[in-house]
Amino acid sequence: MSTLNMDAVGALPNPSLPPRRTRKSFVQLLFGDLVSACLTVAVGALLLSMVPVLNWAVFDAIWTTNDPAACSQGGACWAFIVAKFRFIIFGTYPPDEQWRPLLVMGIILAMILGSLSPRLWGARLIYLWVFAVVVMLVLMAGGVFGLEPVSTSKWGGLPITLLLALLSLGLGFPFAIFLALGRRSNLPIARMLSVLTIELVRGLPLVGLLFVASILLPLLLPAGWSIDKLGRTLAALTIFAAAYLAEVIRGGLQGVPSGQVEAAKALGIPGWKAVAHIVLPQALQKVIPPLTNTAIVMVKNTSLVLIVGVFDMLSASRVAATDPMWPAPFVESYVFVALIYFVICFGISHYARWLESRVQARSYR
Amino acid sequence: MIDQRSQAIEIEALDKWYGHFQVLRNIDLNVTQGERIVVCGPSGSGKSTLIRCVNRLEEHQRGSIRVNGIVLNDSVKNLDAIRREVGMVFQHFNLFPHLTVKENCALPQILSRQKKRADAEALAMHFLEKVRIPEQADKYPGQLSGGQQQRVAIARALCMTPKIMLFDEPTSALDPEMVKEVLDTMVALAEEGMTMIVVTHEMGFARKVADRVVFMEAGEIVEANDPETFFNAPDSARTRNFLSNIMH
Ligand SMILES: Nc1ncnc2c1ncn2[C@@H]1O[C@H](COP(=O)(O)OP(=O)(O)OP(=O)(O)O)[C@@H](O)[C@H]1O
Ligand SMILES: [Mg+2]
Repeated sequence: MSTLNMDAVGALPNPSLPPRRTRKSFVQLLFGDLVSACLTVAVGALLLSMVPVLNWAVFDAIWTTNDPAACSQGGACWAFIVAKFRFIIFGTYPPDEQWRPLLVMGIILAMILGSLSPRLWGARLIYLWVFAVVVMLVLMAGGVFGLEPVSTSKWGGLPITLLLALLSLGLGFPFAIFLALGRRSNLPIARMLSVLTIELVRGLPLVGLLFVASILLPLLLPAGWSIDKLGRTLAALTIFAAAYLAEVIRGGLQGVPSGQVEAAKALGIPGWKAVAHIVLPQALQKVIPPLTNTAIVMVKNTSLVLIVGVFDMLSASRVAATDPMWPAPFVESYVFVALIYFVICFGISHYARWLESRVQARSYR
Repeated sequence: MIDQRSQAIEIEALDKWYGHFQVLRNIDLNVTQGERIVVCGPSGSGKSTLIRCVNRLEEHQRGSIRVNGIVLNDSVKNLDAIRREVGMVFQHFNLFPHLTVKENCALPQILSRQKKRADAEALAMHFLEKVRIPEQADKYPGQLSGGQQQRVAIARALCMTPKIMLFDEPTSALDPEMVKEVLDTMVALAEEGMTMIVVTHEMGFARKVADRVVFMEAGEIVEANDPETFFNAPDSARTRNFLSNIMH
């Protein structure tokens, strides 16, 4: 090592070139110092301990079978997932109509892919999303255009998970912006209302909020009024998302220097336009990582709706696993559902990283 | 009446406090159309506060300010009208970092003048050419040097077609080699007859461009004279003292 360095310094071949990087050998990389050596050994041990898991998941696993009894061998029963795939994905939605939730998921995917580039963000995209959501709800509910009506109590599985996550974040976001702006406003009433809402919602666990929404809300509403269970659940998730997003956005607002507002004032830009076009975009850019975090947490939080009886993907997989025909393959069900959650959340975090790198690229000389 | 018209800015008996601390004391200052005023004075003397009162980035408590005959009071209409007349350039540029240079110049026109995007961008390019950086139009402010950023800030202010320009130490956040390019831009603007109030310690600029140099200390205007008198035979001992301090 040291002789190599000496040579490099001593020779000084061409001062206009950066010094050649000395590359470490593989062994040096793994065992070069005490910390690396310890880590290498620890990781090795961990990998070894994974062997039984690998055996269970891959080598001893049953991939296809029509006979549930074949699954009691000790390996993973992926055949069960294959058999129950439609149920886990679509829940109790009438099988003949399952093309509708499938189409809904297609629309969600298409809309998300179409909204990724910030260049397309704008009022028109928001109208398109509103329209898409209406179309999706009509598709799910039916009752018009010759579509058979399907009550929300039959909706289930992945489309419910996706719709709840999307709508609670989508509706919660503008709400959060108002809460964040309200909390920083000079109007005492607006400030008080925002603080009260945010602190109240943040002080409650989501489970509690879901119970309040699904059990107390119907009792509180005047007679003759009712919101269906899915709507109440969505309301609870939305306000929960709004409170957390609001605090993240408030942090971003605080990070926008006062000179920005002064410049906008000096240019005669009306106050609310300055907020919308100058302050908010900068505030949001500053908080992409915590916004991503909140979005991911909210996607996973939708799984809590099962405790108030909404039939999301996790509920569907649990119900599927209780089928007496099969040897209770709960682990397989959970692993499968976890995989779907992972794909979604990984996608979100990857996208956020890309967004952030775009923002950073602008501040390079 | 005619006399009033020729006045761009009339400041009378202006007082301002931050809490119990009086920043501005009985300021009287008239600026006629096309006049170039340079304001100097030690740090904390209230120079920034004074020019920020003109477009109400700061509110004054006593006295009166008129801009092109419009009274600066609590009327939102008057304030809007005054901000139309007055452009401002800040020490730290205050460009919008999330917008390209061109958008920085175009968006304010769209937001406060309801201009069409194409017109706004055309005017933006016109003024970017004038400050000699049209080739940077599609970059973001963070990708420019300080001098370039300040020139964009000047172009952005000019896009609102102000009749009066306020400069608050436009070169003091710049590396020395960039000071000149910004000052040159300001000299060109002055030669076109723009009414200007410039807070600066660039005494070369003051000598060359100013019609009057104002010296402030402790919230007061100590002296206001033509540059010739100001630099060579100032009335006040305090001015002399200040000048000897900054001109080694
Ligand atoms: N928002 C504020 N609240 C309280 N005091 C303030 C505020 N802004 C400025 N001051 C004080 O008012 C005085 C005048 O400030 P001002 O910025 O006008 O000075 P300046 O002459 O522009 O100084 P500099 O050359 O450092 O820019 C200073 O003593 C400053 O500390
Ligand atoms: Mg100042």
